[in-house]
Amino acid sequence: MNVADKKRLLREMLFARRFEERCYEAYVERKIGGFLHLYPGQEACAFGVMEAARPGRDYVITGYRDHVHAIKCGADPKAVMAELFAKETGCSRGRGGSMHIFDVEHRFMGGYALVGGPFPLAAGMAKAIKMKGDDDIAICFLGDAANNQGTFHESLNMAALWDLPVLYVCENNLYGIGTRIDRSTAVVEQYKRVDAYGIPSAQVDGQDIEVVFKAAQKAVKHVRSGKGPYFLELLTYRYRGHSMSDSNAYRSKDEEKMWSKRDPIIMLRDRLIEAGEITKDDYKAMDTEILDQIEDEIIAHAESSPEPKVQELEKYTLAENDPWVRGGRN
Amino acid sequence: MAELMYWEAIRRAHDEEMANDPLVICMGEDIGMAGGTYKATQGLYDKYGAERVIDTPISENGYTGLGIGASFLGVRPIIEIMSVNFAWLALDQLFNSAAKVRYMSGGQLEAPVVVRSPGGTAHQLGAQHSARMEKVFMGIAGLRVVTPSNPRQAYGLLKSAVRCNDPVYINEHELMYNLKGEVPDEEYFHPLEGSEVAREGKDVTLFGYNISVHWCLQAAETLSKQHGIEAEVVDLYALSPLDRAGIRASVGKTHRAVIVEEAEAPVGVGSEVMAIINEECFFELDAAPVRVSAANVPIPYNHTLERAAIPKVDDVVAAVRKMFGK
Ligand SMILES: Cc1ncc(C[n+]2csc(CCOP(=O)(O)OP(=O)(O)O)c2C)c(N)n1
Repeated sequence: MNVADKKRLLREMLFARRFEERCYEAYVERKIGGFLHLYPGQEACAFGVMEAARPGRDYVITGYRDHVHAIKCGADPKAVMAELFAKETGCSRGRGGSMHIFDVEHRFMGGYALVGGPFPLAAGMAKAIKMKGDDDIAICFLGDAANNQGTFHESLNMAALWDLPVLYVCENNLYGIGTRIDRSTAVVEQYKRVDAYGIPSAQVDGQDIEVVFKAAQKAVKHVRSGKGPYFLELLTYRYRGHSMSDSNAYRSKDEEKMWSKRDPIIMLRDRLIEAGEITKDDYKAMDTEILDQIEDEIIAHAESSPEPKVQELEKYTLAENDPWVRGGRN
Repeated sequence: MAELMYWEAIRRAHDEEMANDPLVICMGEDIGMAGGTYKATQGLYDKYGAERVIDTPISENGYTGLGIGASFLGVRPIIEIMSVNFAWLALDQLFNSAAKVRYMSGGQLEAPVVVRSPGGTAHQLGAQHSARMEKVFMGIAGLRVVTPSNPRQAYGLLKSAVRCNDPVYINEHELMYNLKGEVPDEEYFHPLEGSEVAREGKDVTLFGYNISVHWCLQAAETLSKQHGIEAEVVDLYALSPLDRAGIRASVGKTHRAVIVEEAEAPVGVGSEVMAIINEECFFELDAAPVRVSAANVPIPYNHTLERAAIPKVDDVVAAVRKMFGK
């Protein structure tokens, strides 16, 4: 990772942070409805892993905490925000919402609300990649609590059995909603759980983007070279509650403070300042620019976009004009 | 036209579709090397290899989800789930992923998967191997449900289902795999929507699907010979979406309706068809429509109780006679 990359990633992560914080405000303003799961604190995970892969080309799938992954794959942040505002210009045409961001053009294959749902879907995408003989890979980002679903075990077994090119990335933020990992999970170290399937794995600091990037490079190389699945566990922390309805009362202030000292953006920023690559003022100016962009372009676009038409309520339920259907009596 | 057994017709559809498109695969427990519990994939493993004819672990939700994920990238999986009772375990992926993905992605992604599974009551298999749950599948928006009553339909519906861009659930029947029937020699695609008139009649419509079509046909013979009642039999091979126009047309002609289903009555095919009749042709009716359904019990092991739990041809005849006051 050279200096230019680091500067770009600092900007990308800061953009993601400000984007998510603006979502929080928009939710409070009731511009965004439903469930909203935000990503601040975990940025180094999505950016570090995808930096080591091919955003827009490798297939990515995740759970409901999905805005940032979509943006890193290449989704237009305007379309993501418009989706949160439930507009027709949203990336899922206002039918998906926060938990169902899709941008298939950039191979962001969706956010899914069922905990554990994406595990087998990722394996299936990997199966398709293998059949087609491409060198793409499928990347599945999910939380630690998802690993207690049967789909995790069923999918890892099949992925290993058939050497499927899938990278499972566990963003271990220590909590499944309000239940801390040691209260839900017999083996707390997630990377050990995949030993049972003979899948190579690693556990690294998920707050340091350079560490994540390096570990992900190794993981991606393994998967892309046809050696089968890999499991990467990233130790991270989400700053906010699980969703907007979560008051976060189950965590101690000390714990939160400790993690805030390991902020992925601040750590990278300080490193660049120390190396004399940027100044504090550069950073501030960049932040202002991002905030303006979010307000002037992204929020403005979401606000001014039209709602989906009620006449199109049923559109997208079934394929249109499918020749194999030919309805009616025969 | 050749006579094929139901399983042979399904096998032939698999074979032709796999030969036609290298992205068609089939997967399920014991379907590969062993050729399938009901022989529906016999010989395909040798012909197409382990990459395309996949013996899966016993992980119904996992492999169904895997098939769905593969379909996102253009693969066309035909997933066999050995018994519909085990398909319960795959409902999460089928309902939450396959059926909803086109809608919640605003039309960007689709899941052209086919899931085939036999249901029904066979020979003393007990409660956990005798489910009839087509009614559950047909209640899910975004999923097509078809249910072949003969080898021609079994062949043609599977071929269309493989090519259709929607997820399709095919409800087969444990007792019907050895049923013989004519299948066109040339390639044939059966429409995934609609209904068929299996027997013309003017006095009453008997609606059946899958195995109950055969009960209706037998009942119609008895009614004609012994009671002078000419029943029309309508085969509802498509359960979702149901053929509203076809239902209306037949009831509009006969003015009476009996719906025959092997499953329990609550929230079933019968209740859905009755609702459609109510909505579409209430003023055409000369009598209130009735259902002939199973007892509302888990299917018992004891043979006599088992037979008593599901409808018989006599029950259909009795329901029609009562309707006519005979
Ligand atoms: C099948 C299922 N069960 C329960 C839920 C409710 N739920 C939503 S998120 C969540 C916790 C998941 O935690 P984790 O997998 O660690 O991901 P994180 O939110 O920490 O990123 C639960 C229980 C759900 N959405 N799906």
